[in-house]
Amino acid sequence: MRNLADAGIRFYLILVLVFLYLPILVMAVLAFNKSPLYALPFQFDLVWFKALAENDRLLKAGLNSVLIALANTVIATSLGTMAAVAFGRYTFRGKTMMQALLFPPIAIPWLVIGTAMLVFFFWIGRAMGYPGIARGLHAILLGHVALSLPYVIFVVGARLNDYPKALEEAAATLGATPWQVFRRVSVPILAPGVVAASLFAFAVSFDQFVISYFLAPPGVTTLPVEIYTSIRKGFTPEINAISTIIILVSMGLMLIVARFYRFGGERSGNE
Amino acid sequence: MTPTTRTRWAILSLTGPAYLWLACTIFLPIAAMLALSFLDKSPLVPKPASFTLANYGAFFGKPFYWSLTRWSIELGFWVTLFSFLIGYPAAYALAKRVKGRWREAIFLLIVLPFWSNALVRIFSWTMVLRSNGIIDLGVQSIFPGAPTVDLLFTYPAVVIGLVHSYLPYMILTCYIALQAIDDSLIEAGRSLGASKLTTFRRVVLPLSLPGIISGSALIFVPVIGSFMEPRILGGTKGATLGMNIEEQFTVTANWPLGAALSFILLAIVLIIFGVLYPFLRKQGGAA
Repeated sequence: MRNLADAGIRFYLILVLVFLYLPILVMAVLAFNKSPLYALPFQFDLVWFKALAENDRLLKAGLNSVLIALANTVIATSLGTMAAVAFGRYTFRGKTMMQALLFPPIAIPWLVIGTAMLVFFFWIGRAMGYPGIARGLHAILLGHVALSLPYVIFVVGARLNDYPKALEEAAATLGATPWQVFRRVSVPILAPGVVAASLFAFAVSFDQFVISYFLAPPGVTTLPVEIYTSIRKGFTPEINAISTIIILVSMGLMLIVARFYRFGGERSGNE
Repeated sequence: MTPTTRTRWAILSLTGPAYLWLACTIFLPIAAMLALSFLDKSPLVPKPASFTLANYGAFFGKPFYWSLTRWSIELGFWVTLFSFLIGYPAAYALAKRVKGRWREAIFLLIVLPFWSNALVRIFSWTMVLRSNGIIDLGVQSIFPGAPTVDLLFTYPAVVIGLVHSYLPYMILTCYIALQAIDDSLIEAGRSLGASKLTTFRRVVLPLSLPGIISGSALIFVPVIGSFMEPRILGGTKGATLGMNIEEQFTVTANWPLGAALSFILLAIVLIIFGVLYPFLRKQGGAA
C-alpha cells in the first residue's frame, strides 16, 4: 500500500517535471533540426547554429545583454551589499521603513515600472536639452540595477542574519584592528551571500525583457528584446539555437548558485 | 566626531547610494507617471499641456476598458488556480514524502527552468501548441485521423504558457510553508482519531495557508500586468489591460492614457495586497 502511494507520488512529480521541461526540450531538439519550418521527421543539422554565427543583429544584442548584465552585477552587488551591511549591523530609526521600500521594485508590475522610467527619463532628458538620453543602454542599466538591488539586499541580508554581530565584536575584543576584523571575519561571513547575490543579479538582468523593451531606442537592443522582435516578425530556428545556448548558460549559472545558496534546504526550517 | 555621528555617517554612506538609485529609477518615475496621467496631452506633443481627469474618465466611461480589466483579472484568477492545483500537491509531496538527495534533485529541477529566459519559454510553447506541433503530432499518432489540435492563439494557450511560467513560484512558497509544519502535529491529529483527510483539512491546509497566499500574490500580480505572453500565445484574442498599456506607449503614443491605465493596474495590485496583507504578515520573516 505504502509502496503504491510512493510510486504514485513519484509519477506525479515526474509529470510536473515533464510539463516544466516539455517546451524547453522541444526547442532544444528543433534547434538541431534541419527544417526551417519545424517540420518532422527530425534531421540532425547544425545549420541554425551556423546561421546564428552570421547573424550580427542577434550577436550584437547578445553582447549588449552580457555587458549590461555584468555592469549590473558589479553595481547592484556593491550598492546592495553596502545597504545590507548597514541593515544587518546597525539599528536606527527608519530602518523598517527603508526595508519596506524594497518591496515596490519587486511587487509593482514591470510594465508599470518600465513605462514610468520611460516617461521620467524623457522629461529629464528634455529638461536637460538632450531628449535622446531618455533611452539607450545606460537607461536600461539604470533600470536593471533598480530591479536587482532588493534581491541583493535580501540575499546578503539573510546571510548576515545567520551570523550574529557578536562574532565581529569578539574579534575586536581580542585585539583585532577594524581592518583585520573586516578582512578575517566579515568578508568570510559575507562572501557566499555576495556570490549568490551577484549571480542572482546577473540572472535578473540577463532575463529582463520588459524594462529593456521600453528603454531600448530603435537600433539598440538586448537579447530578450531582439528575440521578441524576431518572434513577432516571423521566427526562424536561429532563435531556437540562441535560446538553447541561453538556457544552457542560465541553468549552468543556476547550478553554481545552488552550490552557494541552498534553496529549501535544511536552513528553511527556521523560516 | 562623536561615536553616534560616526555611526550615522556610516549608515548614511552605506545605504545612501542604493536608495538614491531606487529614488531616481523607481519612486520619482512612479510620481512622474502619476502626474502624467492627469495631463491632457502627451509630452511628445510640443504644445503645453493642462490638467484633466479625462484619462481616468475614459477608463470608467468605456465598457471596452472594463472588459479588458475583467479579462486580465479572470486570466490572473485561472492561472493562479491552476498553479495551485498543480503546484500544491507537488510541494506537499516534496515537503512530506520525498526525502534526502531525491528531494534536493527534484527541487533543483523544478526551479531550474525558472531561471531560463521567460520569453524563450513562452516562445517554445508556440512549437508545442500549434497545429503540427508536439501535442498535435502526439494526438495524431494515437488517434489517426483525429481533428487537428491547434491551440495556438487561444485562451487555453495563454493560460498554459502563464501557468508554466509561474508554477515554480507556487511550488516554492507552498514547499517552504509545508516544510515548516512540524510532523508531530500531523501525528497528533492522526492519533487523536482524525482521518487522513480530516488531518489534512484541519491541520495541514490551514497551516500552509500563508504559503498559498504569498504564492498566489506572486503569480496574480505579474499575470494581470502581463502583455508579452498573451501577445505571443494569444495573438489578438489575448487582449489584456497590459497589452493595451503597452500599445498606448509604443503604438498610439497616447502616454497620458497609458499612464492612467498603468495606475489603474497598480491600484488593482494594491487592493490585492491590501486584502492579502494580514495573511502575508502571519508568515513573518519568510517573505
